[in-house]
Amino acid sequence: MSSSTRAASPPDWPLDIFNTLKEYGVAQISYVPDAGHSRLINLAHDDEAIKTTVLTTEEEGIALCAGAWIGGDRSVLLMQSSGVGNCVNMLSLMSSCRMPLLTLVTMRGEWAEFNPWQIPMGSAASGAFELMGVTVLRIQSPDESAEVVSAGASLAFDGDRQVAVLLSQRMLGKKKWVKPR
Amino acid sequence: MGEAKVMSHSFGSLDRREAVKALLADRKDLLVVTGLGSPSYDVFAAGEHDGNFYLWGAMGGAAMVGLGLALAQPKRPVVVVTGDGEQMMGLGSLLTVAVRKPRNFTVAVLDNGHFGETGMQLSHSGLGVRLSVIAQGAGFPSVTEIVDLDGIADYRPRLHSLSDGPRFARIKIAPGNPERVLPPRDGVFVKSRFRKNLGYSVS
Repeated sequence: MSSSTRAASPPDWPLDIFNTLKEYGVAQISYVPDAGHSRLINLAHDDEAIKTTVLTTEEEGIALCAGAWIGGDRSVLLMQSSGVGNCVNMLSLMSSCRMPLLTLVTMRGEWAEFNPWQIPMGSAASGAFELMGVTVLRIQSPDESAEVVSAGASLAFDGDRQVAVLLSQRMLGKKKWVKPR
Repeated sequence: MGEAKVMSHSFGSLDRREAVKALLADRKDLLVVTGLGSPSYDVFAAGEHDGNFYLWGAMGGAAMVGLGLALAQPKRPVVVVTGDGEQMMGLGSLLTVAVRKPRNFTVAVLDNGHFGETGMQLSHSGLGVRLSVIAQGAGFPSVTEIVDLDGIADYRPRLHSLSDGPRFARIKIAPGNPERVLPPRDGVFVKSRFRKNLGYSVS
């Protein structure tokens, strides 16, 4: 896949990720919104072939992925790092049944973070996944988005593995809290 | 005393095993997801079936497993059979189901007003919460209260509809635990059997 994204504006990496998910035959996408995922969420809603579901909390999405899988659909869950802890017990569903999970997590609390309340869960996100046996991959720069998501999708859907792909806050950029004067 | 008032909240008289057996009678191509604890035992006792997916954990997740399945299989009717405690742990999922509007989907809650698996402590339902009102407020187009076997018989054909969901049914059952009958708890086995039944190869 082409990846001349570094200088592009708006960034093309959400499109790279979306196209990769399409290549892997993902049929369902669910999310608790995050600004970093907003373009990917719009792409999902605009694609009639993808069944898109907005959640009230992230663990709903884990259970949704399980139901989709037993029904023959590949499903992906989008969330922000603050939602990772909400998923912990529900992840036992995926490991007990050895079901694929692919979740894409936009990171907060790790790079130029303005909101101290984001830091505890952001710092623990990777560890919380690993504690529950989830493989953690990371996207550090836009040009590796497609490759990392592709590796994660293969590991999940071909390898029956639970995989979280973390999107670095450094790449997502600083949230603008106040209008520049 | 205020507490005495809520304690007088009336409980159902329907036998849970009879209720579930009647609900799933002549089930045809119905796919069933069960919430952990007694609903899993009830559905298993009603008849083992490759189209059953039993949860033994993941409390609060049954309705969402059912939603994912219903979206994946829009030409098959899907029902979640769960308990009031399980559903209330995942109360937000009722909102998510209601706005997603899967037409082929029913959430059936066996409501005995207690946490049956853990010593029969009063649940929020037993203390006065009305799940049907919550489902109505969430926007379920179909909300039904069932209190007897006639009600189950009347409701059963609606489970098979692919057009007027999502439906919510509160089945008011008697408190008390019948003897346990245990469905398979090997999740990998149940998953693979379920997928194979739908025509998917086992990896």
